[in-house]
Amino acid sequence: MLVSQQHASCFIPVTVILTVMLTLMGCSPENTHYQQPNGIIYCSEGNPASFNPQLDTSGTTVDVSSHQIYDRLLDFDLITGEIIPGLASSWITSTDGLTYTFQLRKNIVFHSTSYFAPTRTFDADDVIFSFNRWRDKNHPYHEVSGGRYPYINSVGLGDLISDIKRINRYRVEITLVRPESSFLANLATDFSIILSAEYADQLAKADTPELIDTHPIGTGPFKFNSFRQDRYVRFDAHPLYWRERSTTEQLIFDITPSSSLRLAKLMTGECDSMAFPTHSQLDIIRKRKELTLDEKPGLNVGFWAFNTAKAPFDNPEVRRALAMAIDKNALMEAIYFGSAIPATSIIPPSSWAFQPDTRSSTYNPLGAAKLLRENGVEEGFSMTIWAMPVERAYNPNAMKMAELMQRYLRDVGIDANIVSYEWSTFRARLNQGLHDSVLIGWSADNGDPDNFFRPLLTCSAIDSGTNRARWCSKEYDKLIDQALTYTNQEDRAYFYSKAIEMINDEMPLMPIAHAFRYQAYRDNLTGIEINPYGGIQFRNVSKP
Amino acid sequence: MLKIILRHASLLILTLFVLSFFSFSLAYLFPGDPLVNLTGIRGSSEQEYALLAEQYAMHSSFIVQYWQYVMHLFSGNWGLSFSSGLPLAEEISRSLAASVELSAYALIFSFLIGLPLGFLSGLRHHKFTDFTLLTASVIGYSIPVFWAALIAILIFSIQLGWFPLSGRISLLYDVPFETGFILIDILLSDLPDKEFAFQDALRHLVLPSVSIAIVTCTIVLRITRRSIVEVMSSEYIQAAYARGLSPRQVFLRHGVKNALIPILPLLVMQFTTLLTNAMIVETIFSWPGIGNGLIQAIYQRDFPAIRAGMLAVSALVLTFTITIDMVIQIFDPAGRRPENATS
Repeated sequence: MLVSQQHASCFIPVTVILTVMLTLMGCSPENTHYQQPNGIIYCSEGNPASFNPQLDTSGTTVDVSSHQIYDRLLDFDLITGEIIPGLASSWITSTDGLTYTFQLRKNIVFHSTSYFAPTRTFDADDVIFSFNRWRDKNHPYHEVSGGRYPYINSVGLGDLISDIKRINRYRVEITLVRPESSFLANLATDFSIILSAEYADQLAKADTPELIDTHPIGTGPFKFNSFRQDRYVRFDAHPLYWRERSTTEQLIFDITPSSSLRLAKLMTGECDSMAFPTHSQLDIIRKRKELTLDEKPGLNVGFWAFNTAKAPFDNPEVRRALAMAIDKNALMEAIYFGSAIPATSIIPPSSWAFQPDTRSSTYNPLGAAKLLRENGVEEGFSMTIWAMPVERAYNPNAMKMAELMQRYLRDVGIDANIVSYEWSTFRARLNQGLHDSVLIGWSADNGDPDNFFRPLLTCSAIDSGTNRARWCSKEYDKLIDQALTYTNQEDRAYFYSKAIEMINDEMPLMPIAHAFRYQAYRDNLTGIEINPYGGIQFRNVSKP
Repeated sequence: MLKIILRHASLLILTLFVLSFFSFSLAYLFPGDPLVNLTGIRGSSEQEYALLAEQYAMHSSFIVQYWQYVMHLFSGNWGLSFSSGLPLAEEISRSLAASVELSAYALIFSFLIGLPLGFLSGLRHHKFTDFTLLTASVIGYSIPVFWAALIAILIFSIQLGWFPLSGRISLLYDVPFETGFILIDILLSDLPDKEFAFQDALRHLVLPSVSIAIVTCTIVLRITRRSIVEVMSSEYIQAAYARGLSPRQVFLRHGVKNALIPILPLLVMQFTTLLTNAMIVETIFSWPGIGNGLIQAIYQRDFPAIRAGMLAVSALVLTFTITIDMVIQIFDPAGRRPENATS
């Protein structure tokens, strides 16, 4: 009697469970894979501040915009590092090195989107508009979105150019104040992008100029579709792109701040490629047969900068003592897991300005404590270490590094407090100079060594917010300027070696490490290439 | 009946006012300028600020300010989010829909599994099957939801690769926003590959809804079991047997209906438990719902979003609970109310 009852009621759940399981097993990824729409998903690490890299040096903003939405007059060859034609098909330099004439490409089409339909192709007006926006303080667009152009100000590009002239529709002439050997390299960086003047005019008429940076228009391989904070950025292919490109129809940045979640998504195939694998994840990625890990020595430096505008950090002796208190080699193992080399100066070994025989600070806690006491820093002195909240190649875990340094500093009688904020707040407060010291770093935007010396430590870089040490020395600035007046590498290297010596004496910052750069992606992705000079490029990337 | 409706309506309105008052006072309790916390507009010029202050009656008494706030709430102006700068009313209705959708599927899931197992357990009262199911339900009930979710990800996503672990649908499908319920939106959309999108959304639903459903499933099982035990030992069931009906006939004709009717409201009430669990699970599965949104808001100190999000969630739960309670009382005048409303 009870047997039949049991059968009656057992039947329902068993059927349900079986049906559900069978249905769902049927749609496992192998079966659905080829049915997915054509597109690439990149798991990125954070929200971009805007879609205009002129306004922001953060890698997150650069990755999402520079090489996806925009083009530049010139580009870097990713393999050789040479400057190659971009939107400018050719250029001529005058014999005095002051005048550059650029011949522009014809029939280059801007994006047409739901908010803009171009009526003309790219020409000289777009170049003049894009450059004058950061160059000319009275330009109607200069103050739009804050009026700060950190990279351009930090390398002094705005003051370097005295005039931009339109010769004809496809020819532009740029005149410099003084000859400068890094000028062309700066035009090829992620930040020298070309905007649409026609779009800007249209926005100005509608009285919504700020949309130029949130709803971008460019000539790049992908056009902006939509952005949802903390969720995604969506791009569509630009069908009339002028260069060769892959047939990828969609590009999506899946915003995933947690690196373990990014890796998990990469493993399940929810992402095709991920940003910034942490160094502890590298072995896991190497072991998975469906994942690939590329690696290249990076043009970057991670450092510990002292706020030299504040006492007692305005005293070079104190700064040297603090640098002596830290064991760099221990940090290499604990933070970088051996995927970086200890830095002796701010210049990485792959640069021609690198000085192999630079003497750097050595770990000496006793000497450090002695030097500190001599300079009036007593036992129990308290200071802050600001640890950046995001992972970067040059510092994959600033928080943990700060904790280790806290211990070293305790040995020399210093109480260190660790401070961290959300990334954009963090940088805003750094710009106000509220820190005592900060763990941060720099990735070069071009192969020129000037790109390390100038943005990191010159006086003008304090205001543009890249000189985190807030260190200003007229003598140093002069060395860096002089180096640029020579075109010969050997001549320039002389000045740079002087500069490196000066940094090591003054110790405005303690160089920690030069890290390798990694790119992790699924095997079926082709055409992905690490860009040592800046942001990621998806132009040639495709998925079968 | 009118009396019941009136009583519930007044209770609802009163509680909602208390809630809105609490959410309003949050603007003062959070650090920073109360006006900025209410509007979410930062860095406005002096004229803009003065205009806003006027709109929100910031110079009048607290009560007038509160009244203005309520008026703004009703007109759909909930302020802007600090972090995204978008209107909160739209942001929250989107994410709330995602949470409700997830909870609804989880509820269906727990009924599909919990009810039949509850019947089985009740019919085999104090037998081996019963004890096994009871043990299983105790285990299921004691497993923390977030742990179950993580284990599910580890096994079914990362090891086996059967199901995706984040979001509602692959980002490659750009489903236009209509109702906020992804499955319905896909059906309404004109995507070229609708059925694949639908399948993809279903696969995304499995792990989160199952992990939430585990707890509710065990509750449903136990409630059903107790009710079945009571009904099957009652006199009219004995009488039905005496009339010569087969056990199957007795169970289907008299057992099921009589066991289900008294516990139905209790089962529906599980929805609120589900919603709470859903909010935890959302953060693990990056489900773009209100729980995930609130956690993000807390993390980013997005005070307007915390204020409005809390108000929206508590208002929803409250309205739902009071409405169900009212419906029960209307349809069950004998007052056979469940003794334990949330178990």
